[in-house]
Amino acid sequence: MKDFFRRAPKPQTSERRDQQIPDNVWVKCQKCGELTYQKQFQDALKVCPKCGHHARMSAQEWIALLMDEGSFIEHDVDLQSRDILGFVSPKDNYEAKLDAMIQKTGSNDVIISGSGMIEGYPLEIAVCNFDFMGGSMGSVFGEKVARATERAAERRVGLVTINASGGARMHEGLFALMQMAKISVALTRLAQARQPHISLMVDPCYGGVSASYASVADVILAEPGAHIGFAGPRVIEQTIRQKLPPEFQTAEFLLDHGMIDAVVPRPDMRAALARLLRLYRVTVDQPNFAFNQVAGHE
Amino acid sequence: MTTTLTPWDKVQIARHPQRPHSLDYIRALCDDFFEFHGDRRQADDQAIVCGLGQFDGISAVIMGHQKGNDTKENLRRHFGMPHPEGYRKALRMLRHAEKFGFPVITLIDTPGAHPSMEAEQRGQAQAIAQNLVVMADLKVPVVASVIGEGGSGGAIAIGVADRLLMLEHSVYSVASPEASAAILWRDSGKASEAAKAMKITAQDLYEFNIIDEVVPEPEGGAHLDAASTIQALNAAIRRHLHELCTLDVPQLLEQRYAKYRAMGVYRSAQERAVATEA
Ligand SMILES: [Zn+2]
Repeated sequence: MKDFFRRAPKPQTSERRDQQIPDNVWVKCQKCGELTYQKQFQDALKVCPKCGHHARMSAQEWIALLMDEGSFIEHDVDLQSRDILGFVSPKDNYEAKLDAMIQKTGSNDVIISGSGMIEGYPLEIAVCNFDFMGGSMGSVFGEKVARATERAAERRVGLVTINASGGARMHEGLFALMQMAKISVALTRLAQARQPHISLMVDPCYGGVSASYASVADVILAEPGAHIGFAGPRVIEQTIRQKLPPEFQTAEFLLDHGMIDAVVPRPDMRAALARLLRLYRVTVDQPNFAFNQVAGHE
Repeated sequence: MTTTLTPWDKVQIARHPQRPHSLDYIRALCDDFFEFHGDRRQADDQAIVCGLGQFDGISAVIMGHQKGNDTKENLRRHFGMPHPEGYRKALRMLRHAEKFGFPVITLIDTPGAHPSMEAEQRGQAQAIAQNLVVMADLKVPVVASVIGEGGSGGAIAIGVADRLLMLEHSVYSVASPEASAAILWRDSGKASEAAKAMKITAQDLYEFNIIDEVVPEPEGGAHLDAASTIQALNAAIRRHLHELCTLDVPQLLEQRYAKYRAMGVYRSAQERAVATEA
């Protein structure tokens, strides 16, 4: 497990920008303040050794962690959003912002998607990069998730989405909202192909993403402590004029309230996904089990 | 087979705290079992466990009432008495099974649906009713087994099946013996008499053709040899599932329709009068 990040395949086109950090740099836990060496922190999959806080992972790190070495082929790399609204405010220039984000993250938008395998089980995957404009959902986000969904349906493999988002991207107006519907129509194809959508919600997952495809998956997993909801806690507190309890909108809170299937710690995530992909993929020939044959082989 | 046990003895055996519970059967049956939680509405009711399991290379949706092994677990699981959200979790998984073409295995072991104000406010009756109509038309095979107590509507809510099996010393009743005695004679102390009068044993129900098979238990009851009981029931479930999976969907649904359509006993008053005169 400890070599995951270093021996992991480099995503084929999206560059990683965070690799040159020297090992002797300290990382401070955002929850408990514990200091850990960068290398030790990476080896622990960015989970705080003291309090178990799961620090945010980039999309590239998720792919490196989960996918079989050398199996990942990225798709739709060059899609970029456009400033369709002519969005200009004194503080905000969308085109300039996009360029800065592309520069900063090395990706063209939030989603990194592609085909690959987990423990030999084929899948399509789409992962949010929260660092790109707060994981906000605009046209490119929607298009890439919809295409990944359609590819999964066509190839008759499962779809895994890893979701971290603040919600719809304001700069794309109602086009952003419509991505919720666009991905939903794509998901009907996946359902017709009788292939599973497994949604993994990581911190934070809000708004248009949690209120669309991420919450209607066949299986919903979340990381420990991840904050998941529709409206953000500050908005709710301002509205109801009450302080919210600390466990509010955490993965554990959602599990208790029936919203998700399981809370899975990061070191167990790859194995959990492999188990699920195996369960949905009946591999043994059982001619008597006519009801299973539709799920079939690739 | 033990023949000297009274129905009330069987009630005690069916409720024995060391009797194997749903998860014991599920773990033995499956090479892998992934438990799914929650009704996607308001809670995860731990009085019912649901998940996706695999055995013989087959994936199946498996669900059962789950009693606890000790007081602490029993409190968490409400002694195997589900709230509406438990039935709605089961409903979600029934639809899941149909979507993916997975057969369904259910294990029944409940004193009944949870009787409480909260359960009523959240629609206990509605939740049970919804499961019945969905199971009536579910386009995959369903095998249900009573492994302990089959308590009334709380039991049948996951019990509309192509095959209904019962362990030898399990019971299945329209109301618990205590409740039956209270309803019939306003005296719940007469539970043992009610147990006898209500014909709640696996043997009685097999005679009535309501159930399809009685699966034998070790002398004295399943708690004395859990492993062999689990093995026997799981073998029976597999056998029935294999038989059902040779059918196509229209055949399966036609047989299920006929099975439940035929439930009930009645006669014509006119024929009776003629017969009496003769
Ligand atoms: Zn910490």
